Amino acid sequence: MTTPSDVSPILGKLTLAALPLDQPILVVTFIVVAILGAMLLGAITWFRQWGYLWREWLTSVDHKKIGIMYLILGTIMLLRGFADAIMMRLQQAMAFNGSEGYLPPHHYDQIFTAHGVIMIFFVGMPFVTGFMNYVVPLQIGARDVAFPFLNNFSFWMTVGGVILVMMSLFVGEFAKTGWLAYPPLSGLTYSPDVGVDYWIWALQIAGVGTTLSGINLLVTIIKMRAPGMSLMKMPIFTWTALCTNVLIVATFPVLTAVLALQGLDRYLGMNFFTSDLGGNAMMYVNLIWIWGHPEVYILILPLFGVFSEVTSTFSGKRLFGYTSMVYATVVITILSYLVWLHHFFTMGSGASVNSFFGITTMVISIPTGAKLFNWLFTMYRGRIRFELPMMWTIAFMLTFVVGGMTGVLLAVPPADFVLHNSLFLVAHFHNVIIGGVLFGSFAAINFWFPKAFGFRLDPFWGKVSFWCWVPGFWLAFMPLYILGLMGITRRMRVFDDPSLQIFFVIAGFGVAVIACGIAAMLIQFGVSILRRDRLRDTTGDPWAGRTLEWSTSSPPPEYNFAFTPVAHDLDAWYDMKQRGHERPAAGFRTIQMPRNTGAGIVLAAFSTICGFALIWHIWWLAAGSFLAVLVTAIAHTFDYDRTFRIPAETIADTEAQRARALAAAE
Amino acid sequence: MMRRLALFAVPLLLGGCNLVVLNPAGDVAQRQGDLVLMATGLMLLIILPVMALTVLFAWRYRAANREARYEPEWSHSTGLELVIWAAPLIIIICLGALTWAGTHLLDPYRALSRIAPDRPVAASTRPLEVQVVALDWKWLFILPEQGVASVNELAAPVDRPIRFRITSTAVMNSFFIPALAGQIYAMPGMETTLHGVINRAGEYEGFSANYSGAGFSGMRFRFHGLDGNGFEGWVAQLRQAGEGLDRQRFLALQRPSQNEPIRHFSAVDPDLFSAIVNACVEPGRMCRHDMMSIDARGGLGVAGIDSVRRIGSDGAATGRTTAMVSSICTIPSFPEARPMPPPVAQARLTGAGLRPPGLDGSQPLAVTQLPPGPES
Repeated sequence: MTTPSDVSPILGKLTLAALPLDQPILVVTFIVVAILGAMLLGAITWFRQWGYLWREWLTSVDHKKIGIMYLILGTIMLLRGFADAIMMRLQQAMAFNGSEGYLPPHHYDQIFTAHGVIMIFFVGMPFVTGFMNYVVPLQIGARDVAFPFLNNFSFWMTVGGVILVMMSLFVGEFAKTGWLAYPPLSGLTYSPDVGVDYWIWALQIAGVGTTLSGINLLVTIIKMRAPGMSLMKMPIFTWTALCTNVLIVATFPVLTAVLALQGLDRYLGMNFFTSDLGGNAMMYVNLIWIWGHPEVYILILPLFGVFSEVTSTFSGKRLFGYTSMVYATVVITILSYLVWLHHFFTMGSGASVNSFFGITTMVISIPTGAKLFNWLFTMYRGRIRFELPMMWTIAFMLTFVVGGMTGVLLAVPPADFVLHNSLFLVAHFHNVIIGGVLFGSFAAINFWFPKAFGFRLDPFWGKVSFWCWVPGFWLAFMPLYILGLMGITRRMRVFDDPSLQIFFVIAGFGVAVIACGIAAMLIQFGVSILRRDRLRDTTGDPWAGRTLEWSTSSPPPEYNFAFTPVAHDLDAWYDMKQRGHERPAAGFRTIQMPRNTGAGIVLAAFSTICGFALIWHIWWLAAGSFLAVLVTAIAHTFDYDRTFRIPAETIADTEAQRARALAAAE
Repeated sequence: MMRRLALFAVPLLLGGCNLVVLNPAGDVAQRQGDLVLMATGLMLLIILPVMALTVLFAWRYRAANREARYEPEWSHSTGLELVIWAAPLIIIICLGALTWAGTHLLDPYRALSRIAPDRPVAASTRPLEVQVVALDWKWLFILPEQGVASVNELAAPVDRPIRFRITSTAVMNSFFIPALAGQIYAMPGMETTLHGVINRAGEYEGFSANYSGAGFSGMRFRFHGLDGNGFEGWVAQLRQAGEGLDRQRFLALQRPSQNEPIRHFSAVDPDLFSAIVNACVEPGRMCRHDMMSIDARGGLGVAGIDSVRRIGSDGAATGRTTAMVSSICTIPSFPEARPMPPPVAQARLTGAGLRPPGLDGSQPLAVTQLPPGPES
């Protein structure tokens, strides 16, 4: 391999030409981002909050703070991913009758790639990981996760991936390959620019975080449950989290491997997936979907858990068919490995192979259907309070069944031959991801927000958001189902047939309604913070909850529980309340807790720099930052001062304060 | 619910709604579309009650309704659990049977056994063969029987089965004519097959259904279903094009270009398609089937390194050299005589007992027979 002369030894492929100064949309975006960023940083400096941020948040190993940071990250990236969605809808609504729209292919192709990557990896995953991080230790009566430092490191690695994706907006470009970057298109011959390298390293770095966080939560759930909490007394959300983390641990290494192989093709001229010299692109397609299909269950399973908790809580009833719920979750976990080929029925597999994967896919709908019936019969003979989490759950049930139905339809290979890659498919997966993952995340945010911050979210703006999101979703995606049946394929930039335009205009209008929903949600957060005294919850149990997280104060103390709770029942907290639980007022003992550390953020920063250097072929920087990662990691192993003690008196004070607050509330 | 129905109705009322997937002009696509409707109907049997019950329970058991029974401890019922698991199971068993039979009957690799309901294909009928090559970003169609080729335009006679052999030169595309039959990927170095028939004369849209880069949106072609002598006329028109398609012209044609107009070629190198699939159109390149047969016999060992040639930089974009394996044999082309898998017997609607292609007759799939290697 030769090194071309235009790659500088100092800056690699990075030149001034990498800045998209010729693209007004990007220049304006950059200016806005720069101004807002400068204002934010300025404000932090002015109010002298850097020390607080560093000590209390950035270096925190507290699972609650890390969970909140994941959710903030997911929310910010939702705005970015949604901005991409608006641009795509606008382009497709405009590009008719000979009009080229307003986006050239170079830009449009990056947008739909970025939209998919961001929504899955940097919105869905942070939301799911955030909920699991925050809620699982509280539900199982633990004081933190099994490996608190690793948790902090995982979060910052995810942020590293986000930084690279965001950086590609202003330095160089992002991949123009579609979110899964099929070769040969993503190979060096057809994508010689840095876009695919940004894609590889953003996912590779974030993937390290996801894998480690999967291991962490898995160990936490297996090893750190409160006494008495056998597996079959574990809250259903924790069960779904357990299955999700099994999936993460088993599948993310596949993604890591396939990205590494693709990286070897691009960096060292190997030929795993090229169409020459013995490479085979279909191997990539198989590998990426062996990760990719379980990935969608990684996203949806925890939200199934959320819906179960919410339905049971707001119906004021035990969850119907807990045991069958657990088995349904486990069956889905196992089956999710046996269906990957349904993503490429149309690549020429034989009829028997296609039938096998089609039928295994359909079989997944049996446990999923059973879950739906279980929620239904949890509502049956209940007393349903239509607070926001429950409203999102009902919206989910009515929306998700349609997405599930179109999914099973796509699992019928002959039907897939005519619907594969069409807008019908696009409508289907948005139907399940928005209707399932996002609606579930909104239910979870409204449900657990009072636990995390001690006050509820404003219901009025929450309802405004709800009534924009749900009809907005139908308005945006129903036309896509119809277009799919008209044989219109996805990722098109311009259209010939003028009769299609009306559908894209309706879909665009739907996206505008969703935009109002997102705006209402941001207003909801703002209004709730302003009115926090009126929305305050001092009981720690605002919804008449059933699981252990509602037994402690809101927000929970650093140590979560003064005494490790003992679970006697599936709904442990409900059971404690029924039996007249008395809060212990004395006998507190010193608690040992993990100490904050900056090692995670430093390691992630060096990893991100290393990724950036590899993207731009700045070899000295890549080697240097990789060495820095190793040195930091080794140095951190010599840090023996990892814990601190909370004295019994401090705990007694905190608990007495809570006792007073509870008494005042009554 | 009403809102949703209204949403469905509004675009339909707007008119201009041509649901080609459900109402195509070819028998294969029609059966695929029918399967979409059948599967949807089967699933609605369970989806609709679930949606209705959701709304009913949500309303009936609202907290404000103190009349409704409230049983906070009720959480198990074996009978109900059985129903909950059995109902979707039964639907999936039916759908699974439909899937198994449908997938085998509509296997794109198998020759058609009928061109329309109650119109079986005679055993003597030879399908029209069309070789399809996805290029960056246009479609090349070669009609070997007629010896003509065209870019971004294809025609076929009504009611004659068509056999597509599909490949690609560069990246993955998906060959799709919604009115005719479902799609199949076009992939470099690989060959896929699709069978279909067009039953109504007319002009239809064809395109790539898999994103393939900057020129993807313009990678569309016209597909004409032609009656009577129409097809002969179209072929005659191609024959008058004057321009032939040999390897050199093909190499020029395969360079990336966007929104390519229709082009016709009056004569085609008969080995071209095979050379494209085997990635050896360029002179001096070893064909893939040669490479595979050498490898199957143990490969060339260390001596094989000598056959890898560096072939100049592929442009300033990557600044890298690319490599190729130069040809050492002189076999010009790949033997074409591959047996086509026979059609599915219509009587066997269950799909049971279908044997995979190649096992039906006595003869195995034609793998190129090689002389025994030196070691044996």
